Amino acid sequence: MVNLRRGFGGVKLPDRKGLSAHAKIEDAGIPAELVLFLSQHTGAPSKPFVKVGDAVKRGQKVADAQGPVSAALHAPTSGIVKAIEPRYQPVLACMVDAVVIEPDGKNETVEGLAPVATNLHAVSRQKIVEIAREAGLVGLGGAAFPTAVKLTPPPGTVIDTYLLNGAECEPYLTADQKLMEEEATTIVFGFRALMKGAGAPKGIVCVEDNKPEAIDAMKKAIGPFKELDVAVLPSKYPRGGEKNLIEVVLGREVPPPPGLPLNVGVIVSNVGTAYAMAQAILTGLPLVERVITVTGEGVARPANFKALIGTPLSYLVEKAGGFSGTPGKVIMGGPMMGTAMRGLDVPVLKGTSGVLVLRKEQSAPEPVLPCLHCGKCVDSCPLRLLPVWIASYAENGYLDEAEKFRAVDCCECGACAYSCPSRRPLVQSIRLAKARIAERRRAAAAKKQK
Amino acid sequence: MGEKLLVTSSPHLKGPKTVRGLMLDVILSLVPASIAAVVIFGPRSLTVILASVVSAVASEAIFEKAVKRDVTVNDLSAVITGLLLALTLPPGVRLYVPVVGSAFAVIVAKQIFGGLGTNFVNPALAGRAFVMAAWPLQLSSKWVAPFTFDAVSGSTPLAVLRSGQTAIPSISDILIGNRLGSLGETCVLALLLGASYLIARGVIDWRLPAGYIGAVFAGAWVFGKSGAYFQGDGLTAVLLGGVILGAFFMATDYVTSPVTGKGRLYMGIGAGIVTILIRLWGTYPEGVTYGILFMNLVTPLIDRFMVPRYYGYVHDVSLRRKARAAGRRA
Repeated sequence: MVNLRRGFGGVKLPDRKGLSAHAKIEDAGIPAELVLFLSQHTGAPSKPFVKVGDAVKRGQKVADAQGPVSAALHAPTSGIVKAIEPRYQPVLACMVDAVVIEPDGKNETVEGLAPVATNLHAVSRQKIVEIAREAGLVGLGGAAFPTAVKLTPPPGTVIDTYLLNGAECEPYLTADQKLMEEEATTIVFGFRALMKGAGAPKGIVCVEDNKPEAIDAMKKAIGPFKELDVAVLPSKYPRGGEKNLIEVVLGREVPPPPGLPLNVGVIVSNVGTAYAMAQAILTGLPLVERVITVTGEGVARPANFKALIGTPLSYLVEKAGGFSGTPGKVIMGGPMMGTAMRGLDVPVLKGTSGVLVLRKEQSAPEPVLPCLHCGKCVDSCPLRLLPVWIASYAENGYLDEAEKFRAVDCCECGACAYSCPSRRPLVQSIRLAKARIAERRRAAAAKKQK
Repeated sequence: MGEKLLVTSSPHLKGPKTVRGLMLDVILSLVPASIAAVVIFGPRSLTVILASVVSAVASEAIFEKAVKRDVTVNDLSAVITGLLLALTLPPGVRLYVPVVGSAFAVIVAKQIFGGLGTNFVNPALAGRAFVMAAWPLQLSSKWVAPFTFDAVSGSTPLAVLRSGQTAIPSISDILIGNRLGSLGETCVLALLLGASYLIARGVIDWRLPAGYIGAVFAGAWVFGKSGAYFQGDGLTAVLLGGVILGAFFMATDYVTSPVTGKGRLYMGIGAGIVTILIRLWGTYPEGVTYGILFMNLVTPLIDRFMVPRYYGYVHDVSLRRKARAAGRRA
């Protein structure tokens, strides 16, 4: 057991995981159309090399990584490439080129797909990184950072601890929880592979205390491995955020942006990423599917699906029994950091961990009152920022002061806006400030180059 | 699916505390003290409280209508201002005092600057300061004897102490309220009951009243006895006068107190120091009003300098030091 440190801030959120916590992971099946965006990961978009009309099989690569920070893309099932055209990407909120596949229902796997190894001793560190790159692995926690790049930090960096993030601190979501309960051994295999790929000698599995069965499963799975340990975190949001996790479990603080966890000798990955890594080694299957929770009071039968990347939300919601009551909001992700969707005709991305449907009564907008200066946002900010001032400066156009109060450090977790009694849109204002500051910096850099 | 979906920025969950909810909590926490006032000083207390509250709400509504703003009396902040002002007045005060005082508090200290969230000092205390200056006799002589409801023109225990005499009620009498005093400050037990409710509900930060009471206690203990140090009666100093009422219900007004925990602690200590200065070396027997008002004005300064060490600060400082050292070596 790992000794935890005290973290600052955070809020206690209603759990609401009971809606889907008892639903075993089920196969979502094959929808009528799969939309694979070329840009659904951090970094440069992938470059497609299939053409319209090509036949593809499950696990076949359809796009290559472009540049050092990028990821490959694979067909999740067999079918024909119907089109390569711009489609609306919900998280980037703009039109992005996508490979559209029409499945043929036969679900044939591509030839040559075979297990690479069943034992970690048979794969070298370089081979693991290569597998991660070839399989198009990205972080499945949400940010979708290419795993191969994460495993190869700049020369001279020493990684001493690898954290496996099974905290899932967002309410409603149970994808990671069920994955840990049902596939603990495979996850641990993948985790050890990631550790070998990064060269980390020690690994800690981090789980929140509202998932007792998952904790037991993981504890049993790491039993034989002395270099692994389990840390049980008290459920507070956003303890599962990478920066907070490192602070609470290891007592270290990541430097502010552009600082990364590798600057303090740590790498953090989601349990889903570890599972995908294990699949890539044990079966040879690249990243083509993932576990997604479809939940909320607005769906009739909340469930945890193993869904193909690119499945439309409408298909998943229908599989979950359709709407219950009048839907008010459909959120891709969790309720605190997820993106609200305009409609259900958007596909699942590599980084989508959940689909949340809230009823109309739950999502009615509340009137915004003046700032009371109560300081509840300051007390809840996990990064010890002052959201009250950043938001006020942003709303009134004072970009210099917003930058001075470290708007750029904000991780947009939403704890401040959750605590605000006046219902002020703090995260929205801070995001606005961040966007304008980034724009200003880019313009200044461009001018300097000239 | 023909329904339109709402698209807003994250987070999509909102916390249970609302402005109205917080105000209701404050009103609830003042109910024990109000009931105690009626029990100890008679039904006149209720008249004073009602006059103050009605005047505060009416002034806010009339002013907002006059300047064509939305009428916001529903957020209950005016009710609290009226209630708090009433609790600082003597029970026998003529009714024009709370009526004018509340109107001044709401209009001049709050509405003129823009309404909720824009007052630069505590409105109830601003109203009290105004009536103290305008009708000093009303505030220093309209006392009522506890439980017999007779009008009395004697001095409150605090004034007695000030004049150098020592004939003051016992601690138990002070706690229950068996003495002369204003409506709200006399029954300390009722106030403490309300205050613990506020702290338990997370409405106020305990560090502010702790700093205030601690500073008053320390100051009275060290300097209280004339001619000797460290022999003063800190406990009596804290229980008499408006210290408890001020520490838990007045100084903790969100708008006029700092935004960080440490800042609030310093504000409490500062208010306590000013209160002790006025009580021991000033001409007023009571220094709570001006102690808190003074620190209200200092709050923006506290907020400017009390910036918490942001996450990652440790690295920033060492990186800058390294950069400076590298620059020097170059």
